[in-house]
Amino acid sequence: MIRIENINKRFRKLQVLDNISASFTKGQVVSLIGPNGSGKTTLIKSILGMVRPDNGKIYVDKQLINNDPSYREKIGYMPQIGRYPDNMKVGQLFKMLQNIRNVPAEKPDSYRVDKMLIKEFELEKIFEKPMRTLSGGTRQKVSAAVAFLFDPAILILDEPTAGLDPLSSEILKEKILAEKKKNKLILITSHILSDLDELTTHIMYMQEGKMQFFKDIEALQEETGELRLGKAIARIMKGEQFNSEWIDKMMEIKNDGKIY
Amino acid sequence: MMKLSKYVLYDILRSKIVIAYTLFLFVVSISMFQMEENSSKAMLSLLNIVLIVLPLVSLVFTTIHYYNSYEFIELMSSQPMSRTRILLSEFAGVSISLLSAFFLGVGIPVLLFSADATGFALLFTGMSLTLVFTSIAFFASVVARDKARGIGFALLLWFYFALIYDGLVLLILFSFSDYPLEKLTLLLSALNPIDLGRIFIMLKMDISALMGYTGALYKDFFGSGTGIIFTAGIMSLWIVLPLWLAVRKFRKKDL
Repeated sequence: MIRIENINKRFRKLQVLDNISASFTKGQVVSLIGPNGSGKTTLIKSILGMVRPDNGKIYVDKQLINNDPSYREKIGYMPQIGRYPDNMKVGQLFKMLQNIRNVPAEKPDSYRVDKMLIKEFELEKIFEKPMRTLSGGTRQKVSAAVAFLFDPAILILDEPTAGLDPLSSEILKEKILAEKKKNKLILITSHILSDLDELTTHIMYMQEGKMQFFKDIEALQEETGELRLGKAIARIMKGEQFNSEWIDKMMEIKNDGKIY
Repeated sequence: MMKLSKYVLYDILRSKIVIAYTLFLFVVSISMFQMEENSSKAMLSLLNIVLIVLPLVSLVFTTIHYYNSYEFIELMSSQPMSRTRILLSEFAGVSISLLSAFFLGVGIPVLLFSADATGFALLFTGMSLTLVFTSIAFFASVVARDKARGIGFALLLWFYFALIYDGLVLLILFSFSDYPLEKLTLLLSALNPIDLGRIFIMLKMDISALMGYTGALYKDFFGSGTGIIFTAGIMSLWIVLPLWLAVRKFRKKDL
């Protein structure tokens, strides 16, 4: 569904993406992990066309990304930080997005509109509130509902659970699991490996703009003999002597014992 | 196109800054007309306010709006919308709101107290200047990398057009006063939208008789149909050119 061919991106002296090639197909839940500043968000933004890579090609559903924005209809994106116009009301945002995609307001059912998260997060209650009055967590819920709104075939979630309370975080995870069952392609970046444990099928590990490995989870478990994602990754990275400081941090995260 | 600008417009019209700006213009205009007995004197005072305040507010407001909407613009660019459409929608939203503030604040008092050729020239100039400086501000904010630079750049442009430019023109006129410079001054005025607007309105007033030989040449040119077309043409060029450059840059920009 998404094919990335040798993309490079340099911001002045910093090589943010260094010759990255990868291919993602539907049914995969790919976890993009790596230390801060390793290029995860830049990679995501390249797929969305927000960042223009210096060279290389990206295909989404066999369509080469260039200036034609139509391919983005297939993608639902949840940004790391969601900020909206101060005086815009929550309900207006959803109306506007439907407007942009020409969803008729009277019969939204004729188009595939997925309002499940709006209901689960009880966003209808705050439809009349202006955006500036919302807390960071509530804005995050709005962003999540926006990403899932049009039932897209590809979901790109940048740190989806950061800032959400445990209950909402659980709702979102359930939703991601449900979408996974619908055979969609889901890309997630997160630093909370325990959140990814139950969801992910593939791991892509990045460091300093380079892709260190891209493996499916079974292979990873087999290689390391660890069932839990955090430990498995830690082991593989210790073995190859990557940035060990980051690994120690990862190890601190408590896992609730659920095994993938 | 209007799909996005409708919401941008709605958002801006509710902001306190635009409401305060409208009230400010309205109070100033009304008090000018109340204080001066002669309405053409009031127009002259109003002209100076329009020429100084309008570009400044348009520049600063647009730049701040652009940076405040940055994450929103980012989100919009993850939707099936082209970059050109996003920027033009933002431009439409901002300029329509600033235009309506100007129309309510200055337009209504002028139409009430002085609805003649001078009045309409003032309204035309005010609306053009709002569009010109909104367009320039979009260019400045797309080019600059962060908020501080963007606002700094916008203020610098305002200083240039409102103050420095006139100084430079005077310098040229003094140093080359031995040569016939009428045509050159005409050209130089076209290179600054604020000057162009000022001349355009001044010549509609009686005081243009006091401006001597150059004034006569100006009156001859700007008073004619060609002059009006020339002014409108140059103003549109000042609106379209920065906006076009901004769109061109924005399409290639990394968000």
